[in-house]
Amino acid sequence: MIELRVLSYSHDEERIGFTDPPRATPRPINIGERAGMAMLATGAFAFVICGMAGVRRGSWPALIASFGLITIGGCVYYWRRWAGSTPGIKHDGNTFNNVQTRGLWAWGLAIVITLFYIAYYWYHELKAIGMPPVLDGTIRLVDPLSLALRGKPADQWFMYSFLYTLAVLIFGVRMVMKYRHNRYHLIRTASVSFFQLGFAFLLPGILVALHQPDHYFTYFWPLSPQPLWPGDGYGFGAGKFHALADKGVMGMFILGFSAFMFLLATPVLTYLFGKRWYCSWVCGCGGLAETLGDPWRQLSDKSTTAWKIERWMIHSVLVAIVLVTAFLWIDYAQSGAITGTWAMPLRKVYYFVIVQVFAGVIGVGFYPLMGSRVWCRFGCPMAAALGILQRYFSRFRITTNGGQCMSCGNCSTYCEMGIDVRGYAQRGENIVRASCVGCGVCAAVCPRGVLKLENGASSEGRYEGVGGPLPQLVHDLRNPPVAQQAEGPARIAQTREGTR
Amino acid sequence: MCHAAIIGNGIAGITAARRLRALRPDWRISVISGESRYHYSRPALMYIFMGHMRYADTKPFEDRVWADERIELVRDWVTEIDVAASRLRLHAGGTLAYDKLLIATGSQSNRFGWPGQDLRRVQGLYDLIDLHTLTENMRDTRRSVIVGGGLIGVELAEMLHSRGVHVTMLIRETDYWRNVLPAEESAMVSRLIRHEGFDLRLETRLAEILDDGTGAAWAVVTDRGERIEAQLVGLTVGVSPNIDLVRDTAIKAGRGVLVDESLRTNVDNIWAAGDCAEIVRPHVERNLLQQVWYTGKAQGRVAGEAMAGVETRYEPGIWYNSAKFLDLEYQTYGDVRPNPRDGERHLWWEHADGRKGVRLVCDSAGVFIGLNTMGVRYRHEVCEGWIRDRRSIDDVVAQLPQANFDSEFSRRYESEIAATMREQTR
Ligand SMILES: Cc1cc2nc3c(=O)[nH]c(=O)nc-3n(C[C@H](O)[C@H](O)[C@H](O)COP(=O)(O)OP(=O)(O)OC[C@H]3O[C@@H](n4cnc5c(N)ncnc54)[C@H](O)[C@@H]3O)c2cc1C
Ligand code: SF4
Ligand code: SF4
Repeated sequence: MIELRVLSYSHDEERIGFTDPPRATPRPINIGERAGMAMLATGAFAFVICGMAGVRRGSWPALIASFGLITIGGCVYYWRRWAGSTPGIKHDGNTFNNVQTRGLWAWGLAIVITLFYIAYYWYHELKAIGMPPVLDGTIRLVDPLSLALRGKPADQWFMYSFLYTLAVLIFGVRMVMKYRHNRYHLIRTASVSFFQLGFAFLLPGILVALHQPDHYFTYFWPLSPQPLWPGDGYGFGAGKFHALADKGVMGMFILGFSAFMFLLATPVLTYLFGKRWYCSWVCGCGGLAETLGDPWRQLSDKSTTAWKIERWMIHSVLVAIVLVTAFLWIDYAQSGAITGTWAMPLRKVYYFVIVQVFAGVIGVGFYPLMGSRVWCRFGCPMAAALGILQRYFSRFRITTNGGQCMSCGNCSTYCEMGIDVRGYAQRGENIVRASCVGCGVCAAVCPRGVLKLENGASSEGRYEGVGGPLPQLVHDLRNPPVAQQAEGPARIAQTREGTR
Repeated sequence: MCHAAIIGNGIAGITAARRLRALRPDWRISVISGESRYHYSRPALMYIFMGHMRYADTKPFEDRVWADERIELVRDWVTEIDVAASRLRLHAGGTLAYDKLLIATGSQSNRFGWPGQDLRRVQGLYDLIDLHTLTENMRDTRRSVIVGGGLIGVELAEMLHSRGVHVTMLIRETDYWRNVLPAEESAMVSRLIRHEGFDLRLETRLAEILDDGTGAAWAVVTDRGERIEAQLVGLTVGVSPNIDLVRDTAIKAGRGVLVDESLRTNVDNIWAAGDCAEIVRPHVERNLLQQVWYTGKAQGRVAGEAMAGVETRYEPGIWYNSAKFLDLEYQTYGDVRPNPRDGERHLWWEHADGRKGVRLVCDSAGVFIGLNTMGVRYRHEVCEGWIRDRRSIDDVVAQLPQANFDSEFSRRYESEIAATMREQTR
């Protein structure tokens, strides 16, 4: 006989799911967290006051009172918040938390970040149509820093890059505390913070102070195409090639560096380490996603449909950037006009749609709604190129530990790239996917120690018996992804080098 | 057309269904299960409750797979198997005729007849029904008592703790899970449990659960006569095969549904797999009752083949398992007993922080037979290879670095471990 309790059970798990269980006692908030929050609030208040007041010239006291307090407060808060729990994965309540589950707060936050991006990206355009000077006040606030670093007052780009760096650093502290039991994450977070602070913030500033072109050394073609587009740098999304070529040694160095990174360093490093060397260790977009974006990584869509859309979109953008670049040079060769003639509108459209709207506004503004890597997954041409290299010409893979997977789903849930990691792990297969940025979170959250990011001895073992990279590419083009057909063999994975 | 019916959409039933589909594209396959429409990962129950994942995230396959593979899912309870007529009676009404049947009904939580065990707010943790009940029970719960110190007990404790409920654990043994874990591992976990703030009562049994006058629990009494307040009592004292359906039928059952090595019951067109199956093997005295995920998966595969009429046999292979106690990961491979048997040698290394340990076990001839790791990840394939190839303990100690599976940049302890082990083998 089956118990009545069982027979009468009729909860609809599909529609209702399982709700937030009541708490017996509220989570204790320790004194450090309170202090951090108080500093944050004070700093935010000072920021708003200064912004509203439309200060004419910033001062160190005002800067310290606003951003100084925000930074220290944020860091103290996250430090004490996580120090209050034992080292280990602590994802309690993520699926109940309003701001992490596309609740009202998430929408509010998404709107705020989006407006922020719009305000900074189209600063001049908006001013021309009468945007109130609230932003000017906040920009003036960082003048002292800009003067000290670059020898000239701040502009909206300096402000933007300052805020970006702060976000990476403050949420970097959160990341470090959250994953402090895992050295891969500690070192990786240190790396993205270092590249953001050093190469995307300090170095461009120093270059300006030395009257050199303010180049961001962590971005290259095709992600940042301007240095390799013909042009003198003036005008909307204009190329900078000629401007740089005129800038003497430094300009030539920048051009040489861009070409070297794209042509040589990228394939070699990707062969050795996978695309992660860039996407989750160096890149600024990745850096922000891996720090500020971490609370929302579980929002990425894991469906096969999303994977198909991803394949189309990201490779279309790669094709677009190749074409736009080629057309600009053809145009230049034909007409001799560095500003371009017929190809100019293409450049403008690409710049507006892809670089500004997609990478910036959607890429970051939609963190709380679509997860932290929307741009990296669906739009970034650099990720597309790196992905092709990673899939076909790399040693990198995620190894599955034999038959240990119990299909819990933590890995897939927390994969920011929407990879169904579990789909491979439960079949005992290694994960070799173009989109994997090697963040290492799937391996960290797996409660059974099933996954390990590794550089194998060679690129073998990723061609599924079709022979080599090219036949595999053809095979993949012919066979779009399908929902897993696995009948779930209990086969033990071959984790030895070169087999999978 | 042959109709294969499968009772239970757990890992065993679902693996069988998919294997069968691969082998028999033209059969009709139905999976009947009362707990949920779709297959989900039972070990992930705790993560739903703690808010790490939504229920939907614990489903190992996309919903579309079932339509793609033409596997019919029926959410209902089977209330009776009519063996003579090859027909199932369903709770919501109606019957379902089958040509071949697989019983994969899993387990049930044990209850040992304690006074008060049927009160409200006394529960186990096995399925979504328990999860649902627990969520409701949380409303009135400030303090809880968990009886039993196995894997599910510590998971339930962690779940309650994550919601601010005070937890007392009553454990019969001298240390946490000491009937399975060797002394040092057991002590390590006990230490962590205490560090987390749980009240761990060792060598203590439940005597009685007290009624608050409304039919719900409010306290327990231990065999030492102590009374402990608890609005929620978790009974996690192991599970037994769920054989409700085969009682009073022609299908033979012992502790579980009795099957041969191809997982066939005594009835010709009925098989059983997973937690509910008890495998009778020729020339082996002890029947095989395996109640973990991995064995359910392996048995499901064999059951699918057997139902398809393919020659097949379930071979248990080298044992392995893994678990996580709070923040501490545990893996085991091969034959590691809680206490060394005659002539067996146990070598143990423990890190100074008390959160990592490795145990190597060899028989009297120095042949390596198994290992445990705590807080360190090892490679399945390498460990299994050592056991299968009957490597000497000295070889294994020398080759330890090959087995490490910790993430890149992790500190490695293999040379320290090897040194400790060599000292002990000398
Ligand atoms: C909380 C918890 C954590 C666990 N963690 C781990 C772990 O980490 N690692 C590990 O290896 N194992 C773990 N296990 C054990 C593992 O989940 C089981 O061994 C495995 O799920 C058994 O699979 P199964 O297919 O045999 O049965 P089940 O998964 O129990 O499936 C049986 C299904 O049959 C259905 N059913 C039963 N009777 C009827 C009926 N009369 N009519 C219709 N349907 C019926 C039920 O709805 C149920 O869905 C855990 C178990 C629990 C409860
Ligand atoms: S598969 Fe793992 S390492 Fe790769 S992106 Fe996803 S979570 Fe990160
Ligand atoms: S690989 Fe790990 S996290 Fe992913 S489903 Fe398997 S057990 Fe869970």
